[in-house]
Amino acid sequence: MSTTIEAPRSPYSRSPKKRGINWEKWGWIYMRVSGVVLVVLIFGHLFVNLMVGEGVSALNFAFVAGKLTTPFWMVWDVLMLWLALIHGGNGMRTLVNDYATQRLTRGILKSAILAAVVILIVLGTLVVFTFDPCPAGAPADLLPSFCSAS
Amino acid sequence: MPQQAAETHTSQQKTASRRPAGTLYRGREGMWSWVLHRITGVAIFFFLLVHILDTALVRVSPEAYNAVISSYQTPIMGLGETALVAAIVFHAFNGIRIILIDFWNAKYQRLMFYVVIGLWVVTMLGFVPRHLINVFSH
Repeated sequence: MSTTIEAPRSPYSRSPKKRGINWEKWGWIYMRVSGVVLVVLIFGHLFVNLMVGEGVSALNFAFVAGKLTTPFWMVWDVLMLWLALIHGGNGMRTLVNDYATQRLTRGILKSAILAAVVILIVLGTLVVFTFDPCPAGAPADLLPSFCSAS
Repeated sequence: MPQQAAETHTSQQKTASRRPAGTLYRGREGMWSWVLHRITGVAIFFFLLVHILDTALVRVSPEAYNAVISSYQTPIMGLGETALVAAIVFHAFNGIRIILIDFWNAKYQRLMFYVVIGLWVVTMLGFVPRHLINVFSH
């Protein structure tokens, strides 16, 4: 292949890679798409948990148990979990790339971010889908009312 | 082709504008919105880590979850929740501003920053009194 030499001072052009996925581009798109969805999900989450009824002072196990046995809120919470953690993790990756100057520091910090994101996504998803609203032996006054109905 | 490109380049150099071309992020509203977006983003990320762990306690026992969540219902944490919601609302509205800059028009970025501040004030006026009543009257 012959080498072509660009004219001096020609404007910088990004030559697109011929093959492979452009991960930075998809990360950029992900931040915007997930951001719009998260605005709806998190504003709804904050409204229902902090504004409706007595807000934060009404939160307890029975309240969460009521939500986590409703398929609508299970899907809502799991979507929020995945979208927010990946959005936040990718944002933190950007900051590490900007501010950590040593290659080793960047590697350690980005590994820590990745580990935190993966562990919490797995933990949170397992909690939502293996949740037991009426654990055996728990005091009845701490449980949602539907536990004593049967 | 290279010559044509070089001409475009020199014509860019000749603009009358004294502001650096092609950046929103140097100085004034563009810069401060970016600074606030980063600070609020980091704060929200660390809260999210803690919040998933505390919610995961529902899988341990009702007593464990209630013990931790009752510490969120104290006056000091109530003020912390106000700050958290303030950060989230700014990050949300400024995020939409960023999307509009990228996909619609960067010309209005400065105006949109003041729209973000205005919407933030309105949202906080709706949230803060109700939240503080919930925190301090129970």
